[in-house]
Amino acid sequence: MNRPGTVLVLGTGQAGFQVAASLREEKFDGRVVLVGDEPGLPYQRPPLSKAYLTGKADADAVRLRPDRFFAEHRLELRAGERAARIDRAGRRVVLASGEALPYDHLVLALGARNRALPVPGAELDGVVQLRTLGDAEGLRRRLETTREAVVVGAGFIGLEFAAVAAARGVAVTVVEAADRPMARSLSVAMSAFFRGAHERQGVRFVFGASVVRVLGGDGGGRATGVETADGRRFPGDLVLVGIGVVPNAELAADAGLAVADGIVVDERLETSDPAISAIGDCARHPCRFAAGAGPVRIESVQNAVDQARCVAARLAGRTAPYGAVPWFWSDQGASKLQIAGMAAPHDRAVVRGDPAGGAFSVFCFREGGLAGVESVNRPLDHVLARKLLANGADLAPEQAADPGFDLKARAGTPRAA
Amino acid sequence: MPNIVFVHPDGAREELEIAEGTSVMQGATAQGIDGIVAECGGNCMCATCHVYIEPSQLALLPAMSEEEDALLDGTASERRPNSRLSCQIAVTPAMGGLVVNLPERQV
Repeated sequence: MNRPGTVLVLGTGQAGFQVAASLREEKFDGRVVLVGDEPGLPYQRPPLSKAYLTGKADADAVRLRPDRFFAEHRLELRAGERAARIDRAGRRVVLASGEALPYDHLVLALGARNRALPVPGAELDGVVQLRTLGDAEGLRRRLETTREAVVVGAGFIGLEFAAVAAARGVAVTVVEAADRPMARSLSVAMSAFFRGAHERQGVRFVFGASVVRVLGGDGGGRATGVETADGRRFPGDLVLVGIGVVPNAELAADAGLAVADGIVVDERLETSDPAISAIGDCARHPCRFAAGAGPVRIESVQNAVDQARCVAARLAGRTAPYGAVPWFWSDQGASKLQIAGMAAPHDRAVVRGDPAGGAFSVFCFREGGLAGVESVNRPLDHVLARKLLANGADLAPEQAADPGFDLKARAGTPRAA
Repeated sequence: MPNIVFVHPDGAREELEIAEGTSVMQGATAQGIDGIVAECGGNCMCATCHVYIEPSQLALLPAMSEEEDALLDGTASERRPNSRLSCQIAVTPAMGGLVVNLPERQV
């Protein structure tokens, strides 16, 4: 864009908010319009399954910025509005209300939605998901009277919830199709640590089991548990479903943009239409940290924020390829998991630290190079791992495993050319 | 509530009341002041809530953890001896009048 025009952002999550805020930091002087289907001010999602659920944070505390910020920065927030259609030829977006909003550049920050549990009974009262502030409010209320809960899916959201619920004295059963928790993302060693940590808090795991039905009570209206394919039944007055997400790519697909499990973008985060960018959970981008250099779709705050910044800089005239090191965190009970890079898949993993003591890192290698590092209660390892990956520093598995090896010195040393 | 004084790079001052126990970062973003990004939401993971504390008041602050120290090595504006991450500063009654200088950039 050569002159200030209108940047229209669809989505008011972390990515949508950040691209708007970063445009102003970049001194972009045109109109910035944000459209999102959720009510209220943009908020952070990570605390919803952590501090918000425990009551440590309220709705105000999870807001990204107050009203004042949007007014002062001339960010036109259209909350509670749904985009119905992208008119690429006319460079406008038609809202469900019929109103059309023009754009010079369109940023799709549409996020993802939770995958629904495709079994009978999934519509019963007491079967819940957790993604929005509204979901979290409802869940927090339900938890006050929940005695037994079934969590379907041993992923990050399910286990963060399980930890909060178990700490409240709820009997929690986690039903998972794979043979270990967070199997898609974590090394065997880290997965085993978290299994043990949750079990010590009273969480029961059922692995290798798929839910085929949600059971209803006599009246049939309320969930009372789940049944698995082998006929076993697990009781729960609350059934939390955390079985992954589906990217919100339909608007893009309907507009003829390239879509493949997410909106396909290039290294500049442009879609197949140069007037449209896509960022965050909904975008599939080439990633030099991923196996085979991607492309990947990453669901994380870091990815949303850094991609937003990359697009804002481009729209302000500073084009650079996206290349941030991915990082991620998950708080589960007393254990803080941090991941740097793209640790999965890997062909070798070495441990640094003390798994028995609950503070260690798993350094994961792929084809001889460092792919990613998982840390639990070893935040310094995590920070250094991000530097190692950003600098492309050489690190051998033997060095990573050697407690005497000076990781900090190596992290500060870019690889010799 | 203790008053915390934020000084922007251009010298402009803003005074905010921040509740005890709340971090300086949280108080600043909740009240919408510019200059603190805090992309990780206060988890000591991102170094975008970097501030320079008035040197004479450094002793009022909690000790710095190893990870804060490491993150400060990667700030967008230069690290100085009085650099801290504002998400790691929980406000105490003794911090009334604390002067927090904002860096030129956080990213």
